[in-house]
Amino acid sequence: MYQTGNMVKELADKYGRKRESLMPILQDIVKKHNYLTDEAMVEVATELDISAAEVYGTASFYTFLDTEERGKNVIRVCKTITCSMKGKNDVISTLEEILKIKVGQTTPDKMFTLLETNCIGWCHKAPAMLVNDMPYTDLSSETVIDVIKGYMRK
Amino acid sequence: MVTLKINDQEVKVAEGTTVLDAAKQLGIIIPTLCNHPDLCVAGNCRVCVVEQKGARTLIAACAMPAAEGMDIHTNSLKVRNARKHIVELLLSEHRADCTKCYKNQKCELQTLANEYAFGEHLFLDLVEDHAYTIDRSSPSFLKDDSKCIRCQRCVRTCAQLQHVSAIAVANKGAHMKISSFHDRPMSHVVCTNCGQCVNRCPTGALTEKTYIDQVWDAIYDSEKHVVVQTAPAVRVALGEDLGYDPGERVTGKMVTALRQLGFDSVLDTDFTADLTIIEEGTELLTRLKKNLVENDHSMALPMFTSCSPGWIKFIEHKYPHMLSNLSTCKSPQQMFGALAKTFYAQKRKLDPSKVVSVSIMPCTAKKYEADRPEMRSSGYKDIDFVLTTRELAVMIKQAGIDFRTLEPSHYDSIMGTSTGAAVIFGATGGVMEAALRTAYELVTGKPVPFNNLNITPVRGMEGVKEATVKIEGTTQEWRFLEGAELKVAIAHGLVNANKVAKAVSTGKASYHFIEIMACPGGCIGGGGQPIPTNAAVRQKRMDAIYSEDMHMDIRKSHENPEIKAIYEEFLEKPNGHKSHELLHTHYIAREAY
Repeated sequence: MYQTGNMVKELADKYGRKRESLMPILQDIVKKHNYLTDEAMVEVATELDISAAEVYGTASFYTFLDTEERGKNVIRVCKTITCSMKGKNDVISTLEEILKIKVGQTTPDKMFTLLETNCIGWCHKAPAMLVNDMPYTDLSSETVIDVIKGYMRK
Repeated sequence: MVTLKINDQEVKVAEGTTVLDAAKQLGIIIPTLCNHPDLCVAGNCRVCVVEQKGARTLIAACAMPAAEGMDIHTNSLKVRNARKHIVELLLSEHRADCTKCYKNQKCELQTLANEYAFGEHLFLDLVEDHAYTIDRSSPSFLKDDSKCIRCQRCVRTCAQLQHVSAIAVANKGAHMKISSFHDRPMSHVVCTNCGQCVNRCPTGALTEKTYIDQVWDAIYDSEKHVVVQTAPAVRVALGEDLGYDPGERVTGKMVTALRQLGFDSVLDTDFTADLTIIEEGTELLTRLKKNLVENDHSMALPMFTSCSPGWIKFIEHKYPHMLSNLSTCKSPQQMFGALAKTFYAQKRKLDPSKVVSVSIMPCTAKKYEADRPEMRSSGYKDIDFVLTTRELAVMIKQAGIDFRTLEPSHYDSIMGTSTGAAVIFGATGGVMEAALRTAYELVTGKPVPFNNLNITPVRGMEGVKEATVKIEGTTQEWRFLEGAELKVAIAHGLVNANKVAKAVSTGKASYHFIEIMACPGGCIGGGGQPIPTNAAVRQKRMDAIYSEDMHMDIRKSHENPEIKAIYEEFLEKPNGHKSHELLHTHYIAREAY
């Protein structure tokens, strides 16, 4: 759990306190902390004078506005047809093996979260995945290990 | 004005009228689900689609404004097929256990299924593949997601009418659901239990938590003495669920029916409404005196009324710094409960542990209120079970009572005598009017200077009402109020309550006394009232309440002989020691979400 401190207030000062300020504020929090804590959502609701359920409703609509705890690096493996046919399952099982977690889980050291995602537009270089904002393509069991090791060293 | 044709009949309507309303003018019924006259257009259920000649697709009649020259068909083959598919698709994600459902025969989706989807269905039943939650955490209502068709009437109700938004639309696509903040139980979020969503839900997804069986058990238990009290707004609405048009006063028949159901004593919440006026009026005058004369600001002004448990929970969540502005008086229901197991039990020589106290309320929040831990002043749970107007109608039907043919009868005594001032508690402005009728007379020795005691400025459906009463001719004791202008405000529906509370919170309002009711129209529009409730129905119930007042022999709370007697025999004096023990309460600051 991260501390929101004055972050939400500062973001509201920056983006305003109207309804349309909600998205940029949520995006900035996620950029900084990878996910939205309940505490952060309540603070956003208070700043914008809307209900916390509405903030959660908006956040939960968007895949990239996570409302569950996420690690420092969020891995999203494409689960759509092309990537599935080109070996996405192997990529997933390799990731599960080296990270010792299942899809949907976060490592105990909070370094990695493993997720599946809908199409990310890299069908021509399937199977593909994102680590945070960075796409990795033409994956195999071997290359995916190198990618993850790179992040482990960071 | 625009002229259009619907099913080859010409109709002229004002600009901005929807196709749905234009059709209504011709007596053509277009089915709807997400549409509700109290709420903004959503246009998401698509059940109201109609064909517009020349248009590429079918249009939603509820959302489409009528335009010049439109040629609309509401019953073409294309429309009927589309509607059938839409209803079947809704049913494919709806747990249709109709015979077990509390809303059986009162469900709008069931009615549509009956018209459009009998026989074999085209689509797979997806209900079993979903893990739906049933939230039973609130003492007031159930939220069963397996029956939700995501029409969002509840979401719009909570936002537009109540400014609470305890629920919102979460997730997307097949995972879309109506959710509280991060799926927390409804008992642990900002929900006020007002039940306005329950009143508007077209299916069994939101229903009141029913205590009918528990009440029957108590009635059948020969060791138990079961007393029942009825709230003012029930008597002008119960008839709607039993074959009468809105606005019928059925007080006497209701009393007879309750007796036939087997309640040992049929008593009236109106008695404690009168008592509330004495306690709350005294409290107001004390607050005024402390603030204006003694310069003691420990008791805050303005004073808010505290009869509406939905409003109480709202202010506890949203304006916890203003709890000292709330009157400490319990609601009439809870005053009644505290007295039933003390004063009443003593007078009737009953063992209070054998007294079961039931109340019939237009309200779902009253179920929550009765469950509050503070509400045990008698040493027992002051109110054992709360039933809504709708639940009482169910019990009357279960018992095989032919309501229409019942002979009217009178409430039992003691705690059954009341005044016109008490009955108007059921309408917005009523508590204010009742309080003014008594307080003014207490201070000046003369009745309020309004024709026939009817304080019309505080009546009506306007969201926020304001009035000023000049106090003149005070008696010696209240000389400090001579010439003072008592400023009052009245708000109903929490969206309006919020406006007033915000104005007070930011120092922009200079009222002395504010009446707030959580539901639109006051209790007559309560969440536990018959369905449908809408503006037209609320108006008729309100008219009935004021006509009930006009028909009462006594119309001022302080003239109620039973009230005088209870102070002489039991309570001693208003706001006295015993009153504080039994009739007053305190409030709790709660989280903002």
